[in-house]
Amino acid sequence: MDHIDELESKSIYIIREAYKQFKKISMLWSIGKDSTALLWLCRKAFYGKIPFPVMHIDTSYKFKEIYEFRDRYAQEWGLKLIVARNEEAIKNGMGPDKNKLNCCTELKTNALKQAMAQHNFRALLLGIRRDEHGIRAKERVFSPRNQEFQWNYKDQPPELWDQFKNKSDEETHLRVHPMLHWTELDIWKYVQREGMPIVNLYLAKKYPDGVSRRYRSIGCETCCNPVESEADTIDKIVDELETTTVAERSGRAQDKEQAYMMQKLRALGYM
Amino acid sequence: MEKHERDHMRIVIVGHVDHGKSTLIGRLFFDTDSLPEGRMEEVKKACEELGRPVEFAYLMDQLEEEREQNVTIDTAQTFFKTDKRHYVIIDAPGHVEFVKNMITGASQAEAAILIVDAEEGVQEQTKRHAYILSMLGLQQVIVVLNKMDKVDYSEERFEAVRSDISSFLGRIGIEPSYIIPISAMEGDNVANVSDKMAWFDGPTILEALDTFKASPKDMSKPLRYPVQDIYKVGDKRVLVGRVESGIMKPGKEVMLLPSGKKTKVKSIEVFEGQKESAGPGECIGITIEHPLFVERGEIVCEGGSPLSSDTIKAHVFWMSKEPYTLGEEMLFRCATQEIGCKIESIDRKLDSSTLESKEDSPANLSDMEIGEVTLKLKSPAVVENFNDIQELGRFVLTKGLDVSAGGIISTRD
Repeated sequence: MDHIDELESKSIYIIREAYKQFKKISMLWSIGKDSTALLWLCRKAFYGKIPFPVMHIDTSYKFKEIYEFRDRYAQEWGLKLIVARNEEAIKNGMGPDKNKLNCCTELKTNALKQAMAQHNFRALLLGIRRDEHGIRAKERVFSPRNQEFQWNYKDQPPELWDQFKNKSDEETHLRVHPMLHWTELDIWKYVQREGMPIVNLYLAKKYPDGVSRRYRSIGCETCCNPVESEADTIDKIVDELETTTVAERSGRAQDKEQAYMMQKLRALGYM
Repeated sequence: MEKHERDHMRIVIVGHVDHGKSTLIGRLFFDTDSLPEGRMEEVKKACEELGRPVEFAYLMDQLEEEREQNVTIDTAQTFFKTDKRHYVIIDAPGHVEFVKNMITGASQAEAAILIVDAEEGVQEQTKRHAYILSMLGLQQVIVVLNKMDKVDYSEERFEAVRSDISSFLGRIGIEPSYIIPISAMEGDNVANVSDKMAWFDGPTILEALDTFKASPKDMSKPLRYPVQDIYKVGDKRVLVGRVESGIMKPGKEVMLLPSGKKTKVKSIEVFEGQKESAGPGECIGITIEHPLFVERGEIVCEGGSPLSSDTIKAHVFWMSKEPYTLGEEMLFRCATQEIGCKIESIDRKLDSSTLESKEDSPANLSDMEIGEVTLKLKSPAVVENFNDIQELGRFVLTKGLDVSAGGIISTRD
């Protein structure tokens, strides 16, 4: 087994463990590269037929490429797709022009809470990685959330030898993170090796000002900025990442607004 | 399966609180140019806001509370690289309250750095963490004596602490590969050779790490394949799981334990295909020749000798605030096996910070105590001695829902 094989195998073990333990689970698919890789891993773990629904939290502010990609592959891969939207907040005009923290809370966190209440899932698979952001480095593979969706990172259960926590009554659900041990570069090497489809926003293109840019990380169109890059193929992205020192989320507004915004979002139940 | 040179290694950094773990990690990143652009700026800005001098330790101690209290609460992971390979570095908290976090981190490592403050010398957590490394079966250990700048780079001081820690490690069966005097703050002997300790002719930390080997996958051991779940794929019944030791091959004669049923492996199933063989660490699925009733927790084995037992002698490390009292029911979890159990007797109890024996004929185990115990299971489990096949020689005990103890098996009766 090479390094990528090992990463893949470890993830598949965790995915199968989560399904065995909880059955009533779902997976969050943002259509970004990480959760698309997670979806790919789930397809491999279950021999092509994912036995649980896949959920997209739709803020209504996503790129059109994201919606197109979602609908195409949901069909092609036979996914049971749940689109979760906080319709009321959208109708009332919530948007990033208000307050960014409030917008994320309403359109992401609360949309997720509503969907969880409606479907009563016991565990949620998420494609987060330890290297993404400092605070995410603290996550466990099986990470409990309480009734308020809060994450008590000060008192987390020990995890060793792939023996994970069971769910308790005080928790609404467990977050399961099968890809914590991957890096951004690992993801791209995996995309490259597997010939996995990916939203073309990640590939560089020329802008009217003549500068070539691509998205390193995608979310809502209103809150993501592309970074300068010439990488217009997957191979070039892998080469670029071997050498870059620009932070992955440098184009994401969430991380910059204030010193601890990401931490506050996490504690409030954001992915 | 072909042998492949691994280009990644997971290392853990452990030691007593304030002996310099986070600073060392910051230094390793800085000296190997492994920091994402923006991360150092983020730390600088945060430090300015808090009115503090910029410290490497803040890179790891990202959480707000940690910044304020200056301690690492949880185990965190991040990455740096040398010319030889990439390192995944696991920082583990030194505070006594956070031992379960330290174990979580260290259980994923292939090599360890034990950091000791050269001025303070060996402390409680130095010993406890060292014991945990031995329990986890970590063989590749570097001891670094940090803060040499504070003891004027004294060779005499280095020798005194070195002899202290060596003799303690000897008692628990750890022979460190290297003992290196460093200053993480000043950068001595981390990535660069120090010009202040000419008396030391050993390697820097990076040179020492690069000599380590990724834990070798031993193909020569007998097959152990714990069944994780059973899937219906088309018209096939597929037993999914992970090869923990040995080689899985179609045609192999196997026994399902503890039920004792015999069969033959028919095929190895992966997504959109089949495989001719699979080795340790591979997650696969298999079909078998006979239509047997199989459940999660059974182990597909090769080799004749009966392996299952309901009485197990083990070392357990208790890591829950809630103590265990003899007679209480728990769950024994080893690979995919989950069986009710009780501790039948605590044959000896040790303080994990001194390794001294505690009271005679103890009746309970408390947080951070080590017990040499006899476990009685409700039904037999397939287990191995830890030194033979680690994956089936280690287990956790859960009381309620959380993992309360980790254990390694010394003998099965």
